[in-house]
Amino acid sequence: MRRFVAVRLLHAIVVLFLVTTIAFFLIHLAPGDPFSFENSNIPGQVRDQWRHQFGYDRPLIEQYGRYLGSVARGQLGFSHSQRLPVSQVLALALPRTLLLMSLALALSFALGIQLGVYEAMHWRARRARVTNAVSLLIYSVPDFWFALMLLLAFAYWIPILPAGGMVDVVLHPYMSGLEAFWDRVRHLLLPLLTLTLLLSALIARYQRAALLEVLPTDYVRTARAKGADERLAVRRHALRNALLPMITLGGLAFPALLGGAVFVERVFSWPGMGMMVTTAIFVRDYPLILAAVIVGAAMVVLGNLLADIAYAWADPRVRVR
Amino acid sequence: MFAEAPLPAPAPARRVDRTARVALLVLGVLYAVAFLAPVIAPYSPSQQIDIVAMKNRPPSLAHPFGTDRFSRDVLTRVLYGARLSLSIGTLAVLVAAIVGTAYGLVAASFGGVVDTVLMRLLDAMLAIPRVLLLIAILALWNPLPLWMFVVLLGLTGWFDVSRLVRAEALTVREREFVLAAQSLGAGRARIMIRHLLPNVLAPVIVTTTLGIGNVIVLEAALSFIGIGVREPAASWGTMFHEGTEVFAGTWWAALFPGVAIVVTVLCFNIVGDALRAALDPRQLPRAPRALVGTRTAAGTATVQ
Amino acid sequence: MSSAPSTGPLLSVEHLRTYFYTEAGVARAVDDVSFEIGPGETVGLVGESGCGKSVTALSILRLIASPGRIEPGSRMLFEGRDLLELGERDMRRVRGNRIAMIFQEPMTALNPVFTIGDQIAEVSRIHERATRQAAWKRAVEMLELVGIPAPAERAKEYPHQLSGGMRQRVVIAMALVMKPALVIADEPTTALDVTIQAQILDLLKDLQTRFGTSILLITHDMGVVAETVSRVIVMYGGEIVEQARVDRIFAKPHHPYTEGLLGAMPRVGESRERLQTIPGTVPPPTAWPSGCRFHDRCQYAWDRTAREHPPLYEVESGHLSRCHLAQEPQHRLQPHEPLVAQQGAGS
Repeated sequence: MRRFVAVRLLHAIVVLFLVTTIAFFLIHLAPGDPFSFENSNIPGQVRDQWRHQFGYDRPLIEQYGRYLGSVARGQLGFSHSQRLPVSQVLALALPRTLLLMSLALALSFALGIQLGVYEAMHWRARRARVTNAVSLLIYSVPDFWFALMLLLAFAYWIPILPAGGMVDVVLHPYMSGLEAFWDRVRHLLLPLLTLTLLLSALIARYQRAALLEVLPTDYVRTARAKGADERLAVRRHALRNALLPMITLGGLAFPALLGGAVFVERVFSWPGMGMMVTTAIFVRDYPLILAAVIVGAAMVVLGNLLADIAYAWADPRVRVR
Repeated sequence: MFAEAPLPAPAPARRVDRTARVALLVLGVLYAVAFLAPVIAPYSPSQQIDIVAMKNRPPSLAHPFGTDRFSRDVLTRVLYGARLSLSIGTLAVLVAAIVGTAYGLVAASFGGVVDTVLMRLLDAMLAIPRVLLLIAILALWNPLPLWMFVVLLGLTGWFDVSRLVRAEALTVREREFVLAAQSLGAGRARIMIRHLLPNVLAPVIVTTTLGIGNVIVLEAALSFIGIGVREPAASWGTMFHEGTEVFAGTWWAALFPGVAIVVTVLCFNIVGDALRAALDPRQLPRAPRALVGTRTAAGTATVQ
Repeated sequence: MSSAPSTGPLLSVEHLRTYFYTEAGVARAVDDVSFEIGPGETVGLVGESGCGKSVTALSILRLIASPGRIEPGSRMLFEGRDLLELGERDMRRVRGNRIAMIFQEPMTALNPVFTIGDQIAEVSRIHERATRQAAWKRAVEMLELVGIPAPAERAKEYPHQLSGGMRQRVVIAMALVMKPALVIADEPTTALDVTIQAQILDLLKDLQTRFGTSILLITHDMGVVAETVSRVIVMYGGEIVEQARVDRIFAKPHHPYTEGLLGAMPRVGESRERLQTIPGTVPPPTAWPSGCRFHDRCQYAWDRTAREHPPLYEVESGHLSRCHLAQEPQHRLQPHEPLVAQQGAGS
């Protein structure tokens, strides 16, 4: 097991290195540089001075080398648009996105698995068929549009929830502890709902299929032949096997959520990584963009790594050779 | 009757079949509509009908889907949007299918070091979230011609296909008819094309069909934030390219294009599922990649 | 091996009918089957796949699920009670406890994510509410009983770490934990190598003598039957077509299907050039042939067999056969090409 983890860890580092390289060259090979498109009133000499100051006039390979060096030391550069070190910008934005993503992940799995199990167990009941159809429908809805509709519905037409942001911009500093907490919750609700509903639909579909595949197997039949009741046969024998694909799905959910987060954050003006990236791109803040891609990839790689380890722990066929 | 222990079996084939046929029919209609948009649309998509009087009009007989803030007919734009979004989606997945299949076949036929290197590279590319990569490229190389956009969409979406193809090709490679062909002196390329390719087509078709929905949503999302298709072209995504507050007053401008997307993606998903049931029984993500070497497509609606 | 029952049958199946209601029609998988098993007796249930033997076994344990069901009018008396009248909870107390089943594929019959010790221990935990430790101890004892070396260590292993023969031993161990009165073994050796087959059969015989368990051994292999059972029931077309003591079946088979099965069996000391096969294939249970269900594959068939469905005739004491030859034995002297072979040649 330890060897397995070590190998996967090494694998992850190699991947991150490749990602950094690919991202670096991709971004730096784009036409212009961070200072080409800013305010055209600024004379060319000033631009050149900036370029020199931030090292953009050096050969590309040299820039690459220096970048790798600083990444290895944990420094991700300096953001021109925010006038702050990139790590500081990330330190602000990343936790906000992580909050949204982890809550969405937890809720989606809780909801999705329950729903999937229900749909599989009662696959013939009309209610289950209806929920299955509804899951399929939700699964087909674009995240940004769903976010938009929810926003319109609950912030404009029935104005019970805020229209965006993380906290009430004006009143929050004056709120008492409980009020402030409730304020945060209210702002969290819609983006969380969007991500959760969409992801649960996906999870429910997969869980349903997984359980349906396991229920008619020989070993479940053996369990019944041993005198096991429904609960034991299904919840212990069948589910233990049917939950395995969910672990892998968890790893896959990371990139899905990340992508969804970009657009959902935009719709709800949620100040996380997604918003940060979209604004950074338009001002050509290369270090920030690069950092976003690397951090995004790191999250994906980490998610997969955790999923792989969890799977090896859960499935003895993989673990014990 | 007697209380029997319930042992459920998967849904009966007939019911699924009917739904799939309806979905296929709807898709046919959509493609037809897309093709015929210039003929059947009541107006032109960029035609501003009357910027004073016809701005932001709700649905009416003259404008069944209403007008938007530039007093353009929403129905027309939805029809033209079908044209643009469907063609972008279809072409992009074709690009993805071709590149992915080629990559996977090469990796599987060469094996050894080549395979390892190719797969590591693939891992790296897979790790970069598709959305972030696309946003970065599209914004930095601003502006890009439409065909380039399509190619980019394809080039960021072939990874799952190549994984699948490689896994499938690896199993086929060990089969007797391939060994027979090799012993007869068939070259690597010949084996790849004539023997491996036909056998890996099934999962490719399934993944591709399920992937079109993905790409359409992705295109719409990117156009929504302004870096995909550009205004004033009418794609289902650009139609959302107003501020969200605007839609509070003109719900029809947001609803109809969205519904169009949902219907289209839903149909592709239904057809894809039916194809999967018929062609490729391995439906679920299974053991971790490093151990088994394959992972079936997740086919998420939110973007990867 | 013990002989005929002494104190009344352990299991008495009467007019069992199990039908499956599918889109392709009603499949009469088991169509009016009646037999008895005495205490301590080993009975063989023989037939090709598709004849209804496995469904019979599953019906006894009431493991039949929709679209199948056991038809009203069936009765299964076990230890004095009709199994079909038991509520689900009472039935669960019978399964694995008084009647246990061994399935065909040891590879798939065990849950891959639990240790084998766990799975055996589960039986005592279900039926005796044993504590974890007590159940585990029992499991290790059972493993030793079925001849698995180093049982305490092996109990911690997972199914995929064991060979096929060992897995089957584990399945047998699971079946015997509660010392059931009846064990139904559904093709216990089919998926195994020939040498392992012999070992497993020996094990079953040994355990049977030790515990006095009755065994219903289901198989398609007459060779297996010769070694282990005292009585043979032959099934075809969802019905019993012949029933007799094992020595009579081999010495003087009556039903042409039984003859066919025996003819297909290789025997030491025989000089034959070719093993006989029964022409044609087993018909689908949705469409049993009219009259005698075997008539289109039978080399003695005549017009009566196509029209009239034969009842079970008693051809000698304790020997039943569902064949009109019992009344018109002269047709046995005129073998010919069976109907299916004739039709095949024509097209």
